[in-house]
Amino acid sequence: MNHLIEIKGVTHAYQTPNGPLPVLDDLNLAVPEGEFAAVVGPSGCGKSTLTRLVTGLMKPDQGEVWLHGQLVKSPRKTVGMAFQNPVLLEWRTILDNVILPLEIVAPSMPRADREARAMELLDLVGLTGFENKRPSELSGGMRQRASLCRAIVHKPEVLIMDEPFGALDAFTREDLWQTMHALRAQEPFTAVLITHDLRESVYLGDQVIVLSGRPATTQFVLDVDYPDDGGLRKIDGLYTPQCAEMLATLRDQIKIAQGRDPEAGLH
Amino acid sequence: MQTFQKIATPILAILIFVILWEALVWVNDWPDFVMASPSDLPAAYSRFWELFLTGAWDTLWRTVLGLLLAVVVGTAIGMVMGFSRIARDALYPLLVGFNAVPKATLVPVLALLFVGQHNFNTVMMAFLISFFPIAVSVGIGLSTLEPEYRDILRSLGASRFTIFRKIALPKTLPEFFGALKVSVTLAFIGTNLVEIISPHGKGLGALFLSGQTNSNYPLMFAVLIALAVLGILLYYAVVALEKIFAGWAERPQQ
Repeated sequence: MNHLIEIKGVTHAYQTPNGPLPVLDDLNLAVPEGEFAAVVGPSGCGKSTLTRLVTGLMKPDQGEVWLHGQLVKSPRKTVGMAFQNPVLLEWRTILDNVILPLEIVAPSMPRADREARAMELLDLVGLTGFENKRPSELSGGMRQRASLCRAIVHKPEVLIMDEPFGALDAFTREDLWQTMHALRAQEPFTAVLITHDLRESVYLGDQVIVLSGRPATTQFVLDVDYPDDGGLRKIDGLYTPQCAEMLATLRDQIKIAQGRDPEAGLH
Repeated sequence: MQTFQKIATPILAILIFVILWEALVWVNDWPDFVMASPSDLPAAYSRFWELFLTGAWDTLWRTVLGLLLAVVVGTAIGMVMGFSRIARDALYPLLVGFNAVPKATLVPVLALLFVGQHNFNTVMMAFLISFFPIAVSVGIGLSTLEPEYRDILRSLGASRFTIFRKIALPKTLPEFFGALKVSVTLAFIGTNLVEIISPHGKGLGALFLSGQTNSNYPLMFAVLIALAVLGILLYYAVVALEKIFAGWAERPQQ
């Protein structure tokens, strides 16, 4: 099987004044090309550390991270990132914000081509007409849309998202879930989504990886079998028995990860 | 209408201030050696206008040169402190201590170090008194940059310099201009300090000193007003620069 992302036996600890703090312990994860992996786990279990490892911003103490058959040793241009905070540059227009990665990755690309590429994405996420606004003039959901465009403007092989929808209200979040599927239909990329939201993980993920409590290890992998309506997934699908069952399984796994008994009733 | 109001309001405030000043002197019947009144000033200006122009020019260019020096050196120190924790820990107490020294005490020190270099000493003082806010604000601006901002570019393999140029530098500009507004006034005070304290000085400060020596009190007050006007001009020059380079930081008003 050809995996675009492979994490093999990764173990990592942070050095603190009170000694080493292990955050990841023998973590394994494999995402085939074009698939969408959602990673869930209790808070503080090292999910964000995972994003820094995959992007090459950090090296693990032990174990290996492979991207497209190459060992990750340092940052590479084929990765896109999105965070909970959209971190748009306030002094740039939305269009110039989206173009930013191209300035680094493709410095020789003509300005007109960069703009055309950015406009194409802004159109996909419904931001046409806002390209010359500043981030401070946009709502939180719109800023996050622009941030997603920026993450994929340079056609990265891998898109890594660290709770990108975490700070949005429930309706905006569902809107963005659908935008995410629309983007995937147009732009082929392999994605890792870190999230706290189990519904989000099932709606967006092809597989859901449950991490144990700190130090995190791969505790459980769920292959998502989303109710098929032919074409794009529909939010309504989340309310079918099929999804309810998957969500129940994930909830049980999270309880185990938190060190609680899944049979112990309401928690 | 709005621009009219924007210009008319401060002018009206200045007029009221001048009227109150005139009234204060008139009511108390003070002679001009206690306090000159605004009506004494035009005579002083018309008699010494050439001295005012050359003095203002000397004060202006030395202040601006000192301030430019403070911008270059202050930004450099701020960058070192912003990027290196060790440098920050090492330099902070030193800078704070230096800033706490009353600058008037440095006038004789400078005068002895560089005997007779009046222009140089004045520029140095303007620089020494005004670089501190710039260094601190640039240092804080850089060291408090959210790691996510850096990560966006770092994950694409961008160099430290690219990250500085594209993100850290523009993001620090609003703090930088905030500090510059403080520094421009400080540099101005530094220049005047040397001009007033050193014998045979130049600039508006020296004109003030000669007013004092010759017991020409209206001249002294006229110099003070000229200094205030020059200070206002310098300040608004910085505000104009801020509008151009960091106008994005201004939120649209509701």
